[in-house]
Amino acid sequence: MKGTAKIKALSALFAVTMLSATSITYMQTVKAEDGLKDDGLPNGISKVMVKPATNDGPLDEIFSGWHFRSKETKNLQKDDFENPGYLWVEQGEELWATKDGSEGKSCKSCHNDAAKTMKGVGAEMPKWNAKLKRPLTLEQRINTCRTESMGAKEWKWESSQMLSMTAFVRNLSRGMPMNVQADGPMKPWVEKGKKIYYTRVGQLNMSCSNCHEDNYGKYIRADHLSQGQSNGFPTYRLKWQKLGSLHRRFKGCMKNIRATPYKPGSDEFVALEIYLSQRGKGLEIETPAVRN
Amino acid sequence: MAKSKPRVKAPKKASKGDIVTIKTLISHIMETGLRKNKKTGKIIPRRIINKFQAKFEGTEIFSVDLDPAISANPFFQFSMKAEKSGEFEFIWTDDNGEVYSKKSKLTVS
Amino acid sequence: MKDLSRREVLALGSTAAAAALFINPLTAHAETDLAKDLMKKFTGGKAATAGKIKLEMPEIAENGNTVPLSFTVESPMTKKDYVKRVIIIAGGNPRPEVATFNFSHLSGVAKASSRMRLAKTQNVIAVAELSDGSFHMAKTEVKVTIGGCGG
Repeated sequence: MKGTAKIKALSALFAVTMLSATSITYMQTVKAEDGLKDDGLPNGISKVMVKPATNDGPLDEIFSGWHFRSKETKNLQKDDFENPGYLWVEQGEELWATKDGSEGKSCKSCHNDAAKTMKGVGAEMPKWNAKLKRPLTLEQRINTCRTESMGAKEWKWESSQMLSMTAFVRNLSRGMPMNVQADGPMKPWVEKGKKIYYTRVGQLNMSCSNCHEDNYGKYIRADHLSQGQSNGFPTYRLKWQKLGSLHRRFKGCMKNIRATPYKPGSDEFVALEIYLSQRGKGLEIETPAVRN
Repeated sequence: MAKSKPRVKAPKKASKGDIVTIKTLISHIMETGLRKNKKTGKIIPRRIINKFQAKFEGTEIFSVDLDPAISANPFFQFSMKAEKSGEFEFIWTDDNGEVYSKKSKLTVS
Repeated sequence: MKDLSRREVLALGSTAAAAALFINPLTAHAETDLAKDLMKKFTGGKAATAGKIKLEMPEIAENGNTVPLSFTVESPMTKKDYVKRVIIIAGGNPRPEVATFNFSHLSGVAKASSRMRLAKTQNVIAVAELSDGSFHMAKTEVKVTIGGCGG
Protein backbone atom coordinates (compact mmCIF):
# COMPACT_ATOMS: atom_id res chain seq x y z
CA MET A 1 0.00 0.00 0.00
CA LYS A 2 1.33 3.39 -0.93
CA GLY A 3 1.94 5.91 1.81
CA THR A 4 -0.86 8.31 0.95
CA ALA A 5 -3.34 5.53 0.28
CA LYS A 6 -2.50 4.05 3.65
CA ILE A 7 -3.02 7.36 5.40
CA LYS A 8 -6.33 7.82 3.63
CA ALA A 9 -7.49 4.37 4.62
CA LEU A 10 -6.40 4.94 8.19
CA SER A 11 -8.09 8.30 8.43
CA ALA A 12 -11.27 6.78 7.00
CA LEU A 13 -11.11 4.12 9.67
CA PHE A 14 -10.49 6.77 12.30
CA ALA A 15 -13.47 8.76 11.04
CA VAL A 16 -15.67 5.69 11.21
CA THR A 17 -14.58 5.09 14.77
CA MET A 18 -15.18 8.69 15.70
CA LEU A 19 -18.60 8.63 14.14
CA SER A 20 -19.69 5.46 15.81
CA ALA A 21 -22.54 5.65 18.27
CA THR A 22 -20.30 5.29 21.32
CA SER A 23 -18.21 8.35 20.64
CA ILE A 24 -21.27 10.42 19.92
CA THR A 25 -22.82 9.51 23.27
CA TYR A 26 -19.67 10.66 25.05
CA MET A 27 -19.93 14.02 23.44
CA GLN A 28 -21.41 16.94 25.21
CA THR A 29 -24.81 17.97 24.00
CA VAL A 30 -25.56 21.65 24.01
CA LYS A 31 -29.23 22.30 23.60
CA ALA A 32 -31.14 25.51 23.66
CA GLU A 33 -31.55 25.62 27.42
CA ASP A 34 -27.84 25.61 28.13
CA GLY A 35 -26.04 27.72 25.66
CA LEU A 36 -27.55 27.95 22.24
CA LYS A 37 -29.89 30.75 23.15
CA ASP A 38 -28.38 34.16 22.82
CA ASP A 39 -29.54 37.52 21.66
CA GLY A 40 -28.79 36.82 18.05
CA LEU A 41 -27.31 39.43 15.81
CA PRO A 42 -27.28 43.09 16.87
CA ASN A 43 -30.03 43.90 14.39
CA GLY A 44 -32.28 41.35 16.08
CA ILE A 45 -31.83 38.71 13.41
CA SER A 46 -31.65 35.04 14.36
CA LYS A 47 -32.72 35.10 17.94
CA VAL A 48 -33.57 31.55 18.76
CA MET A 49 -37.06 30.72 17.64
CA VAL A 50 -39.67 28.10 18.07
CA LYS A 51 -40.77 26.58 14.85
CA PRO A 52 -43.48 28.60 13.14
CA ALA A 53 -46.79 26.89 12.40
CA THR A 54 -46.09 27.07 8.69
CA ASN A 55 -43.05 24.84 9.07
CA ASP A 56 -44.04 21.18 9.12
CA GLY A 57 -40.50 19.79 9.31
CA PRO A 58 -39.41 17.28 11.95
CA LEU A 59 -37.52 19.68 14.25
CA ASP A 60 -39.18 21.19 17.31
CA GLU A 61 -36.97 24.22 17.29
CA ILE A 62 -35.05 25.60 14.39
CA PHE A 63 -31.71 27.30 14.85
CA SER A 64 -29.59 29.31 12.52
CA GLY A 65 -26.02 28.04 12.27
CA TRP A 66 -25.13 31.31 14.03
CA HIS A 67 -25.98 29.77 17.40
CA PHE A 68 -23.45 26.97 17.03
CA ARG A 69 -20.42 29.18 16.43
CA SER A 70 -17.80 30.49 18.83
CA LYS A 71 -17.80 34.01 20.23
CA GLU A 72 -14.95 34.99 17.91
CA THR A 73 -16.67 33.71 14.78
CA LYS A 74 -19.89 35.46 15.82
CA ASN A 75 -17.96 38.70 16.30
CA LEU A 76 -16.86 38.56 12.67
CA GLN A 77 -20.50 38.60 11.62
CA LYS A 78 -21.81 41.03 14.22
CA ASP A 79 -20.28 44.07 12.62
CA ASP A 80 -21.14 44.57 8.95
CA PHE A 81 -17.89 46.36 8.37
CA GLU A 82 -15.74 43.64 9.88
CA ASN A 83 -17.66 40.90 8.06
CA PRO A 84 -15.45 40.05 5.07
CA GLY A 85 -18.52 38.70 3.25
CA TYR A 86 -19.47 42.28 2.51
CA LEU A 87 -16.53 42.55 0.11
CA TRP A 88 -18.62 40.32 -2.17
CA VAL A 89 -21.88 42.13 -1.47
CA GLU A 90 -20.22 45.38 -2.51
CA GLN A 91 -18.83 43.84 -5.66
CA GLY A 92 -22.31 42.50 -6.43
CA GLU A 93 -23.72 45.99 -6.10
CA GLU A 94 -21.20 47.20 -8.67
CA LEU A 95 -21.95 44.33 -11.03
CA TRP A 96 -25.67 45.10 -10.79
CA ALA A 97 -25.09 48.26 -12.79
CA THR A 98 -22.35 46.88 -15.07
CA LYS A 99 -23.39 46.29 -18.68
CA ASP A 100 -22.46 42.94 -20.17
CA GLY A 101 -23.32 40.88 -23.27
CA SER A 102 -24.55 41.56 -26.78
CA GLU A 103 -27.68 43.48 -25.71
CA GLY A 104 -25.72 46.14 -23.87
CA LYS A 105 -27.74 45.63 -20.71
CA SER A 106 -26.99 45.39 -17.02
CA CYS A 107 -29.24 43.88 -14.34
CA LYS A 108 -30.27 47.43 -13.59
CA SER A 109 -31.49 48.01 -17.17
CA CYS A 110 -34.48 45.74 -16.48
CA HIS A 111 -34.73 45.59 -12.69
CA ASN A 112 -33.90 49.21 -11.79
CA ASP A 113 -33.13 49.87 -8.14
CA ALA A 114 -32.27 46.51 -6.59
CA ALA A 115 -33.04 47.78 -3.07
CA LYS A 116 -36.68 48.04 -4.15
CA THR A 117 -37.11 45.36 -6.80
CA MET A 118 -35.03 42.59 -5.21
CA LYS A 119 -36.14 42.95 -1.59
CA GLY A 120 -37.64 39.63 -0.55
CA VAL A 121 -36.63 37.84 -3.75
CA GLY A 122 -33.74 35.98 -2.13
CA ALA A 123 -36.02 34.69 0.63
CA GLU A 124 -38.25 32.89 -1.91
CA MET A 125 -35.55 31.16 -3.94
CA PRO A 126 -35.45 28.51 -5.31
CA LYS A 127 -38.65 29.43 -7.11
CA TRP A 128 -40.83 27.71 -9.69
CA ASN A 129 -40.30 29.02 -13.21
CA ALA A 130 -43.46 28.48 -15.27
CA LYS A 131 -41.73 28.97 -18.59
CA LEU A 132 -38.99 26.44 -17.95
CA LYS A 133 -41.34 24.18 -15.94
CA ARG A 134 -38.79 23.72 -13.18
CA PRO A 135 -37.55 25.50 -10.08
CA LEU A 136 -34.58 27.82 -10.39
CA THR A 137 -32.08 28.63 -7.70
CA LEU A 138 -30.91 32.23 -7.46
CA GLU A 139 -27.77 31.29 -9.41
CA GLN A 140 -29.83 29.68 -12.17
CA ARG A 141 -32.23 32.63 -12.29
CA ILE A 142 -29.31 35.04 -12.69
CA ASN A 143 -27.82 32.97 -15.50
CA THR A 144 -31.22 32.82 -17.24
CA CYS A 145 -31.23 36.62 -17.22
CA ARG A 146 -27.69 36.69 -18.55
CA THR A 147 -28.22 34.31 -21.46
CA GLU A 148 -31.77 35.29 -22.42
CA SER A 149 -32.02 39.01 -21.74
CA MET A 150 -28.45 40.25 -21.76
CA GLY A 151 -26.90 38.04 -24.43
CA ALA A 152 -24.08 37.40 -21.98
CA LYS A 153 -22.24 34.22 -21.03
CA GLU A 154 -23.34 32.25 -18.00
CA TRP A 155 -21.36 32.83 -14.86
CA LYS A 156 -19.79 29.74 -13.34
CA TRP A 157 -21.48 28.57 -10.14
CA GLU A 158 -18.60 29.33 -7.79
CA SER A 159 -17.17 32.29 -9.72
CA SER A 160 -16.45 35.51 -7.92
CA GLN A 161 -19.13 37.28 -10.01
CA MET A 162 -21.84 34.74 -9.24
CA LEU A 163 -21.01 34.71 -5.54
CA SER A 164 -21.02 38.50 -5.50
CA MET A 165 -24.37 38.78 -7.25
CA THR A 166 -26.09 36.08 -5.17
CA ALA A 167 -24.68 37.61 -1.98
CA PHE A 168 -25.85 41.07 -3.03
CA VAL A 169 -29.39 39.93 -3.89
CA ARG A 170 -29.80 37.65 -0.84
CA ASN A 171 -28.46 40.39 1.41
CA LEU A 172 -31.33 42.61 0.30
CA SER A 173 -33.64 40.12 2.04
CA ARG A 174 -31.58 40.03 5.22
CA GLY A 175 -33.82 39.69 8.25
CA MET A 176 -36.73 38.38 6.20
CA PRO A 177 -37.92 34.83 6.88
CA MET A 178 -37.11 32.11 4.37
CA ASN A 179 -40.30 31.43 2.50
CA VAL A 180 -39.95 28.93 -0.29
CA GLN A 181 -43.01 27.54 -2.03
CA ALA A 182 -43.42 23.85 -1.25
CA ASP A 183 -46.78 22.96 -2.72
CA GLY A 184 -48.11 22.68 -6.26
CA PRO A 185 -45.42 22.01 -8.85
CA MET A 186 -42.71 22.33 -6.17
CA LYS A 187 -44.01 19.33 -4.26
CA PRO A 188 -42.16 16.63 -6.21
CA TRP A 189 -38.93 18.63 -5.76
CA VAL A 190 -39.43 18.85 -2.00
CA GLU A 191 -40.02 15.09 -1.95
CA LYS A 192 -36.91 14.46 -4.05
CA GLY A 193 -34.86 16.64 -1.71
CA LYS A 194 -36.28 14.92 1.34
CA LYS A 195 -35.31 11.54 -0.06
CA ILE A 196 -31.74 12.73 -0.61
CA TYR A 197 -31.66 14.19 2.91
CA TYR A 198 -32.52 10.87 4.54
CA THR A 199 -30.61 8.52 2.24
CA ARG A 200 -27.36 7.10 3.63
CA VAL A 201 -24.51 7.38 1.15
CA GLY A 202 -20.73 7.09 0.94
CA GLN A 203 -18.17 4.91 2.65
CA LEU A 204 -19.31 6.17 6.02
CA ASN A 205 -22.88 5.31 5.11
CA MET A 206 -24.38 8.50 6.48
CA SER A 207 -27.25 10.77 5.56
CA CYS A 208 -27.64 14.50 6.14
CA SER A 209 -30.04 13.68 8.98
CA ASN A 210 -27.46 11.65 10.93
CA CYS A 211 -25.52 14.79 11.76
CA HIS A 212 -27.96 17.65 11.35
CA GLU A 213 -31.16 16.14 12.73
CA ASP A 214 -30.15 13.31 15.06
CA ASN A 215 -27.05 14.92 16.52
CA TYR A 216 -27.13 18.67 16.14
CA GLY A 217 -25.79 20.41 19.20
CA LYS A 218 -23.26 17.63 19.75
CA TYR A 219 -19.62 17.63 18.83
CA ILE A 220 -18.06 15.55 16.12
CA ARG A 221 -14.41 15.71 17.13
CA ALA A 222 -14.10 19.48 17.60
CA ASP A 223 -16.94 20.52 15.32
CA HIS A 224 -20.17 21.68 16.86
CA LEU A 225 -22.86 20.16 14.66
CA SER A 226 -25.49 22.62 13.49
CA GLN A 227 -28.88 21.91 12.02
CA GLY A 228 -27.36 22.50 8.60
CA GLN A 229 -29.69 25.38 7.82
CA SER A 230 -29.31 27.38 4.63
CA ASN A 231 -30.33 30.87 5.76
CA GLY A 232 -26.79 32.31 5.82
CA PHE A 233 -25.67 31.42 2.30
CA PRO A 234 -23.64 32.41 0.42
CA THR A 235 -21.50 32.24 3.53
CA TYR A 236 -18.00 33.43 4.38
CA ARG A 237 -16.28 30.37 5.77
CA LEU A 238 -13.08 30.76 7.74
CA LYS A 239 -11.89 27.50 6.26
CA TRP A 240 -12.47 28.69 2.70
CA GLN A 241 -11.19 32.19 3.48
CA LYS A 242 -13.80 33.41 1.05
CA LEU A 243 -17.47 33.38 0.29
CA GLY A 244 -18.97 30.12 -0.93
CA SER A 245 -22.27 28.78 -2.19
CA LEU A 246 -24.64 26.36 -0.47
CA HIS A 247 -23.90 23.76 -3.13
CA ARG A 248 -20.19 24.03 -2.38
CA ARG A 249 -21.05 23.26 1.24
CA PHE A 250 -23.16 20.27 0.14
CA LYS A 251 -20.18 19.01 -1.83
CA GLY A 252 -17.95 19.35 1.21
CA CYS A 253 -20.39 17.44 3.42
CA MET A 254 -20.58 14.64 0.88
CA LYS A 255 -16.80 14.43 0.63
CA ASN A 256 -16.62 14.23 4.44
CA ILE A 257 -18.77 11.12 4.45
CA ARG A 258 -16.71 9.81 1.54
CA ALA A 259 -19.48 9.90 -1.00
CA THR A 260 -19.18 11.06 -4.60
CA PRO A 261 -20.70 14.54 -4.52
CA TYR A 262 -23.37 15.68 -6.96
CA LYS A 263 -22.45 18.68 -9.10
CA PRO A 264 -23.30 22.22 -8.05
CA GLY A 265 -26.48 23.16 -9.93
CA SER A 266 -27.49 19.52 -10.44
CA ASP A 267 -31.15 18.62 -9.97
CA GLU A 268 -30.16 16.67 -6.86
CA PHE A 269 -28.59 19.70 -5.17
CA VAL A 270 -31.41 21.98 -6.33
CA ALA A 271 -33.93 19.57 -4.77
CA LEU A 272 -31.87 19.39 -1.58
CA GLU A 273 -31.70 23.19 -1.43
CA ILE A 274 -35.49 23.38 -1.81
CA TYR A 275 -36.02 20.79 0.91
CA LEU A 276 -33.59 22.55 3.26
CA SER A 277 -35.25 25.91 2.67
CA GLN A 278 -38.50 24.19 3.58
CA ARG A 279 -37.02 22.71 6.78
CA GLY A 280 -35.73 26.14 7.72
CA LYS A 281 -38.89 27.99 6.76
CA GLY A 282 -39.23 31.01 9.01
CA LEU A 283 -35.50 31.38 9.73
CA GLU A 284 -34.27 34.82 8.86
CA ILE A 285 -31.85 35.39 6.01
CA GLU A 286 -28.38 36.29 7.34
CA THR A 287 -26.44 36.52 4.07
CA PRO A 288 -23.51 36.93 4.16
CA ALA A 289 -23.14 34.85 7.33
CA VAL A 290 -19.73 33.97 8.78
CA ARG A 291 -19.13 30.35 9.72
CA ASN A 292 -16.09 28.31 10.68
CA MET B 1 -12.06 38.26 -6.34
CA ALA B 2 -10.91 39.76 -9.59
CA LYS B 3 -9.39 42.99 -8.33
CA SER B 4 -8.52 43.89 -4.77
CA LYS B 5 -11.01 46.28 -3.28
CA PRO B 6 -10.39 48.23 -0.11
CA ARG B 7 -13.05 49.11 2.46
CA VAL B 8 -12.43 51.78 5.06
CA LYS B 9 -14.42 52.87 8.08
CA ALA B 10 -13.05 56.11 9.46
CA PRO B 11 -14.94 58.84 11.31
CA LYS B 12 -15.86 61.99 9.41
CA LYS B 13 -15.97 64.20 12.49
CA ALA B 14 -14.13 64.33 15.81
CA SER B 15 -13.41 66.70 18.69
CA LYS B 16 -9.85 67.87 19.19
CA GLY B 17 -7.94 65.39 21.30
CA ASP B 18 -10.29 62.48 20.60
CA ILE B 19 -8.77 59.09 19.91
CA VAL B 20 -10.53 57.93 16.76
CA THR B 21 -10.72 54.31 15.65
CA ILE B 22 -10.20 53.29 12.03
CA LYS B 23 -11.04 49.94 10.47
CA THR B 24 -9.83 48.72 7.08
CA LEU B 25 -10.45 45.61 5.05
CA ILE B 26 -9.23 44.65 1.59
CA SER B 27 -10.11 41.68 -0.59
CA HIS B 28 -6.93 39.69 -1.22
CA ILE B 29 -6.10 35.99 -1.36
CA MET B 30 -2.83 36.34 0.62
CA GLU B 31 -1.21 33.39 -1.16
CA THR B 32 1.48 32.14 1.21
CA GLY B 33 3.96 30.74 -1.32
CA LEU B 34 3.99 27.52 0.70
CA ARG B 35 1.08 25.76 -0.97
CA LYS B 36 1.40 23.34 -3.85
CA ASN B 37 -0.85 23.12 -6.87
CA LYS B 38 -2.57 19.78 -6.31
CA LYS B 39 -2.48 18.87 -10.01
CA THR B 40 0.99 19.95 -11.05
CA GLY B 41 2.76 19.59 -7.71
CA LYS B 42 4.39 22.97 -8.25
CA ILE B 43 4.58 25.61 -5.54
CA ILE B 44 2.01 28.36 -6.03
CA PRO B 45 4.04 31.59 -6.00
CA ARG B 46 3.64 33.88 -3.03
CA ARG B 47 1.34 36.83 -3.56
CA ILE B 48 0.40 38.90 -0.55
CA ILE B 49 -0.26 42.46 0.47
CA ASN B 50 3.15 43.16 2.01
CA LYS B 51 2.60 46.67 3.33
CA PHE B 52 -0.27 48.69 4.69
CA GLN B 53 0.10 52.37 5.48
CA ALA B 54 -2.24 54.87 7.06
CA LYS B 55 -1.31 58.51 6.55
CA PHE B 56 -2.91 61.70 7.76
CA GLU B 57 -2.08 64.86 5.84
CA GLY B 58 0.86 63.01 4.30
CA THR B 59 2.39 61.85 7.60
CA GLU B 60 2.36 58.17 8.51
CA ILE B 61 0.33 57.50 11.65
CA PHE B 62 0.36 53.71 11.51
CA SER B 63 1.68 51.00 9.22
CA VAL B 64 2.01 47.25 9.06
CA ASP B 65 4.62 45.02 7.42
CA LEU B 66 2.61 41.93 6.56
CA ASP B 67 3.87 38.38 6.27
CA PRO B 68 1.95 35.48 4.72
CA ALA B 69 0.52 34.50 8.12
CA ILE B 70 -1.94 37.39 7.95
CA SER B 71 -5.34 35.96 6.93
CA ALA B 72 -6.88 36.37 3.50
CA ASN B 73 -8.78 39.66 3.11
CA PRO B 74 -6.56 41.50 5.62
CA PHE B 75 -8.33 43.44 8.34
CA PHE B 76 -6.78 46.12 10.53
CA GLN B 77 -8.15 48.21 13.34
CA PHE B 78 -6.06 51.01 14.81
CA SER B 79 -6.30 54.52 16.23
CA MET B 80 -5.26 58.11 15.76
CA LYS B 81 -5.32 61.14 18.01
CA ALA B 82 -7.43 63.79 16.27
CA GLU B 83 -5.55 67.10 16.46
CA LYS B 84 -6.60 68.91 13.29
CA SER B 85 -8.84 68.54 10.26
CA GLY B 86 -7.37 66.82 7.23
CA GLU B 87 -7.33 63.84 4.97
CA PHE B 88 -6.54 60.20 5.63
CA GLU B 89 -4.87 58.14 2.97
CA PHE B 90 -4.76 54.37 3.21
CA ILE B 91 -2.33 52.48 0.99
CA TRP B 92 -1.97 48.75 0.37
CA THR B 93 1.04 47.40 -1.58
CA ASP B 94 0.77 44.08 -3.39
CA ASP B 95 3.70 41.71 -4.08
CA ASN B 96 2.97 42.17 -7.79
CA GLY B 97 3.69 45.88 -7.49
CA GLU B 98 0.08 47.04 -7.60
CA VAL B 99 -0.90 49.72 -5.11
CA TYR B 100 -4.46 50.18 -3.88
CA SER B 101 -5.50 53.27 -2.00
CA LYS B 102 -8.45 55.03 -0.48
CA LYS B 103 -8.91 58.49 1.01
CA SER B 104 -11.21 59.84 3.69
CA LYS B 105 -11.70 63.32 5.19
CA LEU B 106 -11.83 64.14 8.89
CA THR B 107 -13.17 67.39 10.33
CA VAL B 108 -11.90 68.23 13.81
CA SER B 109 -13.75 70.83 15.88
CA MET C 1 -21.85 26.87 29.72
CA LYS C 2 -20.06 27.25 26.46
CA ASP C 3 -16.69 27.04 28.18
CA LEU C 4 -17.63 23.80 29.81
CA SER C 5 -18.63 22.24 26.54
CA ARG C 6 -15.38 23.33 24.94
CA ARG C 7 -13.43 21.66 27.66
CA GLU C 8 -15.40 18.52 27.19
CA VAL C 9 -14.42 18.53 23.55
CA LEU C 10 -10.80 18.81 24.42
CA ALA C 11 -11.11 16.03 26.90
CA LEU C 12 -12.17 13.90 23.98
CA GLY C 13 -9.06 14.73 22.02
CA SER C 14 -6.32 14.18 24.53
CA THR C 15 -5.97 14.53 28.24
CA ALA C 16 -2.74 16.41 27.73
CA ALA C 17 -4.48 19.12 25.75
CA ALA C 18 -7.22 19.38 28.32
CA ALA C 19 -4.69 19.59 31.13
CA ALA C 20 -2.88 22.39 29.34
CA LEU C 21 -5.98 24.51 29.76
CA PHE C 22 -5.35 24.65 33.47
CA ILE C 23 -1.66 25.36 33.25
CA ASN C 24 -0.38 28.89 33.00
CA PRO C 25 -0.09 29.50 29.26
CA LEU C 26 3.33 31.08 29.82
CA THR C 27 4.74 27.73 30.78
CA ALA C 28 2.59 25.44 28.68
CA HIS C 29 4.78 25.38 25.60
CA ALA C 30 8.48 25.83 25.12
CA GLU C 31 9.37 28.34 22.43
CA THR C 32 10.45 26.96 19.11
CA ASP C 33 13.86 27.83 17.71
CA LEU C 34 12.14 29.68 14.89
CA ALA C 35 10.37 31.93 17.40
CA LYS C 36 13.54 32.46 19.47
CA ASP C 37 15.61 33.40 16.42
CA LEU C 38 13.05 35.86 15.16
CA MET C 39 12.72 37.46 18.58
CA LYS C 40 16.47 37.84 18.84
CA LYS C 41 16.54 39.47 15.42
CA PHE C 42 13.81 41.89 16.47
CA THR C 43 15.35 42.89 19.80
CA GLY C 44 18.96 42.80 18.60
CA GLY C 45 19.69 40.27 21.32
CA LYS C 46 18.24 42.35 24.14
CA ALA C 47 15.97 40.68 26.66
CA ALA C 48 12.26 41.41 26.50
CA THR C 49 10.49 41.68 29.83
CA ALA C 50 7.03 40.26 30.34
CA GLY C 51 4.29 42.83 30.78
CA LYS C 52 3.23 46.28 29.56
CA ILE C 53 1.75 44.60 26.51
CA LYS C 54 -1.49 42.67 26.48
CA LEU C 55 -2.22 40.20 23.69
CA GLU C 56 -5.77 39.02 23.23
CA MET C 57 -6.57 35.93 21.20
CA PRO C 58 -9.19 33.21 21.50
CA GLU C 59 -8.35 30.30 23.77
CA ILE C 60 -9.64 28.00 21.06
CA ALA C 61 -9.77 28.92 17.38
CA GLU C 62 -12.61 27.37 15.40
CA ASN C 63 -10.42 27.47 12.33
CA GLY C 64 -6.73 28.25 12.06
CA ASN C 65 -7.17 30.22 8.85
CA THR C 66 -8.74 33.25 10.50
CA VAL C 67 -7.82 33.83 14.12
CA PRO C 68 -8.55 37.28 15.54
CA LEU C 69 -5.78 39.00 17.44
CA SER C 70 -5.57 42.32 19.22
CA PHE C 71 -2.99 43.89 21.45
CA THR C 72 -2.57 46.99 23.63
CA VAL C 73 0.69 48.43 24.94
CA GLU C 74 0.68 50.72 27.97
CA SER C 75 2.22 53.98 26.82
CA PRO C 76 1.45 57.71 27.02
CA MET C 77 2.16 57.87 23.26
CA THR C 78 3.84 61.26 23.36
CA LYS C 79 6.67 62.46 21.13
CA LYS C 80 9.16 61.50 23.81
CA ASP C 81 7.63 58.30 25.07
CA TYR C 82 5.87 56.06 22.60
CA VAL C 83 5.67 52.56 21.20
CA LYS C 84 7.72 52.20 18.03
CA ARG C 85 6.68 48.80 16.79
CA VAL C 86 5.13 45.51 17.77
CA ILE C 87 6.00 42.20 16.17
CA ILE C 88 3.71 39.19 16.21
CA ILE C 89 5.44 35.81 16.20
CA ALA C 90 3.91 32.36 15.67
CA GLY C 91 6.70 29.86 16.25
CA GLY C 92 4.55 26.86 15.40
CA ASN C 93 3.87 28.06 11.87
CA PRO C 94 6.12 27.00 8.96
CA ARG C 95 7.36 30.58 9.05
CA PRO C 96 7.19 32.38 12.39
CA GLU C 97 6.74 35.98 11.26
CA VAL C 98 3.14 37.22 11.19
CA ALA C 99 3.36 41.00 10.99
CA THR C 100 5.09 44.06 12.38
CA PHE C 101 2.91 46.99 13.42
CA ASN C 102 4.60 50.39 13.31
CA PHE C 103 3.24 53.16 15.51
CA SER C 104 4.03 56.82 16.00
CA HIS C 105 3.04 59.31 18.69
CA LEU C 106 0.23 60.32 16.31
CA SER C 107 -1.39 56.91 16.83
CA GLY C 108 -2.79 58.16 20.16
CA VAL C 109 -2.84 54.68 21.64
CA ALA C 110 -0.67 51.66 20.88
CA LYS C 111 -3.53 49.36 20.10
CA ALA C 112 -4.36 47.34 16.99
CA SER C 113 -6.36 44.34 15.80
CA SER C 114 -6.05 41.99 12.87
CA ARG C 115 -6.63 38.36 11.86
CA MET C 116 -3.97 35.72 11.44
CA ARG C 117 -3.29 32.15 10.36
CA LEU C 118 -2.19 29.44 12.76
CA ALA C 119 -1.04 26.10 11.41
CA LYS C 120 -1.53 24.31 14.75
CA THR C 121 -1.93 24.78 18.49
CA GLN C 122 0.92 27.00 19.69
CA ASN C 123 2.04 30.06 21.58
CA VAL C 124 1.67 33.39 19.88
CA ILE C 125 4.13 36.04 21.03
CA ALA C 126 3.89 39.81 20.79
CA VAL C 127 7.01 41.90 21.40
CA ALA C 128 6.86 45.68 21.66
CA GLU C 129 9.77 48.03 21.12
CA LEU C 130 9.44 51.32 23.00
CA SER C 131 11.05 54.63 22.10
CA ASP C 132 13.42 54.29 25.08
CA GLY C 133 14.87 51.14 23.52
CA SER C 134 13.24 48.68 25.91
CA PHE C 135 11.39 45.55 24.82
CA HIS C 136 8.29 44.04 26.37
CA MET C 137 6.48 40.86 25.55
CA ALA C 138 3.28 38.92 25.99
CA LYS C 139 2.46 35.37 25.12
CA THR C 140 -0.75 33.44 24.75
CA GLU C 141 -1.56 29.91 23.79
CA VAL C 142 -4.17 29.32 21.10
CA LYS C 143 -5.57 25.89 20.50
CA VAL C 144 -6.38 25.20 16.90
CA THR C 145 -9.07 22.60 16.60
CA ILE C 146 -9.21 20.07 13.85
CA GLY C 147 -12.85 19.66 13.11
CA GLY C 148 -14.59 16.65 11.69
CA CYS C 149 -16.17 18.67 8.95
CA GLY C 150 -13.54 20.07 6.64
CA GLY C 151 -15.94 20.43 3.75
